[in-house]
Amino acid sequence: MVTTKKHFFSDIRVMLGRSMRHITRSMDTIITVCITPIAMMLLFIYVLGGAIQAGTDNYVNYLLPGILLMAIASGIAYTAFRLFMDMQSGIFERFHSMPIARSAVLWGHVLTSLVSNAISVIVIILVALIMGFRSSAGIVSWLAVAGILALVTLALTWIAVIPGLTAKSIDGASAFSYPLIFLPFISSAFVPTDSMPTVVRAFAENQPVTSIVDAIRTLLSNQPVGSEIWIALAWCLGILIVAYLLAMLVYKRKAL
Amino acid sequence: MEKAIEVKNLRKSFKSAAVLKGVDFDVKRGEIFALLGSNGAGKTTIIKILATLLKPDGGTAIVNGFDVAAHSEHVRQSISLTGQFAAVDEILTGRENLIMIAKLRHLKNPRQVADDLLKRFGLVDAADRRASTYSGGMRRRLDIAMSLIGKPQLIFLDEPTTGLDPEARIEVWNVVKELANSGTTVFLTTQYLEEAEQLADQIAILHEGRIIVSGTLEELKKLFPPAKVEYVEKQPSLEELFLALIGKKEAK
Repeated sequence: MVTTKKHFFSDIRVMLGRSMRHITRSMDTIITVCITPIAMMLLFIYVLGGAIQAGTDNYVNYLLPGILLMAIASGIAYTAFRLFMDMQSGIFERFHSMPIARSAVLWGHVLTSLVSNAISVIVIILVALIMGFRSSAGIVSWLAVAGILALVTLALTWIAVIPGLTAKSIDGASAFSYPLIFLPFISSAFVPTDSMPTVVRAFAENQPVTSIVDAIRTLLSNQPVGSEIWIALAWCLGILIVAYLLAMLVYKRKAL
Repeated sequence: MEKAIEVKNLRKSFKSAAVLKGVDFDVKRGEIFALLGSNGAGKTTIIKILATLLKPDGGTAIVNGFDVAAHSEHVRQSISLTGQFAAVDEILTGRENLIMIAKLRHLKNPRQVADDLLKRFGLVDAADRRASTYSGGMRRRLDIAMSLIGKPQLIFLDEPTTGLDPEARIEVWNVVKELANSGTTVFLTTQYLEEAEQLADQIAILHEGRIIVSGTLEELKKLFPPAKVEYVEKQPSLEELFLALIGKKEAK
């Protein structure tokens, strides 16, 4: 016990290094993750944007938070994919028969997801800048935005771990992310919720994407944040804790 | 006569199917032990239990003095598993695979360890190619090389030569013999009788969830009626022919 605890962080570092190599050797995964959200952004700005009344003169600013969430939701599918491939290839069994902390194997994947999603988020923000995104936010607000996005990524990645461990096929391992990618559509991400019919509006206003998007939007426009940031944080932490516990339960059942 | 493995009345079922119905055997330190059995006999299940990947339903299994269920942590310190399917990271190069395992075993100089093993297993030229480009035999050699890192006292090889061509098979056999000469205990499973005959000090046959016979090859042979002399014209087998034609390897 003592030895595995002592080496926990160095083991995680080795695992992180391993799956980061997987990413840098298949940059297409990052490009794929970026392309759909960027295409969405182009579509909404240059095709639909003219007709949307978002109550703002800079629609890119309005749109960006939702686009970032979409990118993260599609990015985490790769965690499920890589985990599934590990389970299939037998390398998991090798790791598990070695004197290393079992959870280090999972944490390696989770941290990798954090890094690769950060890269996609930065790429998308750069594209948004070219398209006219401007922010008056200061360093503290930007750090808060980064913190919220990191928390969202962690929460969603732990959700992704579950199908990664349990799926029977590659398609099954990544299919779970589709509903997550489309969740922003029924939220305040693209249009204000006021225009929606009552039932839809009730759903939109009370699902996590709306509070997260609103919080990020407020921070980026350098306005005083209200209760939405606490609701957003509560959602993220709640999902994170439940998903983590479930994932660990599944993992313990899979591996002795 | 110290024991590397002691298995008593080991039982395991999957859903309602009983795979192991009370398995008993011992493995002495430093010997090559071959577990023979047909497909689905439960060989892999035994290996997974001994390598702390599966919990037994009943019975005891002691590996290097530690109970696999109660002290799995201690067991993992002294064993290494080479599973049925080569457990290498295909996206990493051969060298990176070795360095990764050396780091996870917390060795002082992972690069040196990797270099030595690449030389020993004839993988120097392929060291910096991704493992996905390796042939079956090369992948298996890399797999075994990864298992040797940290000098474990006991190595499990689950069907190490299944799916390999005859040449690669002989390469693996040589590695196993070399291992045993250096004092490592080797526990291997196989469906090939010839493999057990070539390598094993002790052979056990697993059939319908139990060990039906075990002993040295000599002991097993005594179970049959004494040999009678018959004259049979011996034709070379296709395998002998193949090996003779491609030359050298078997001579080594």
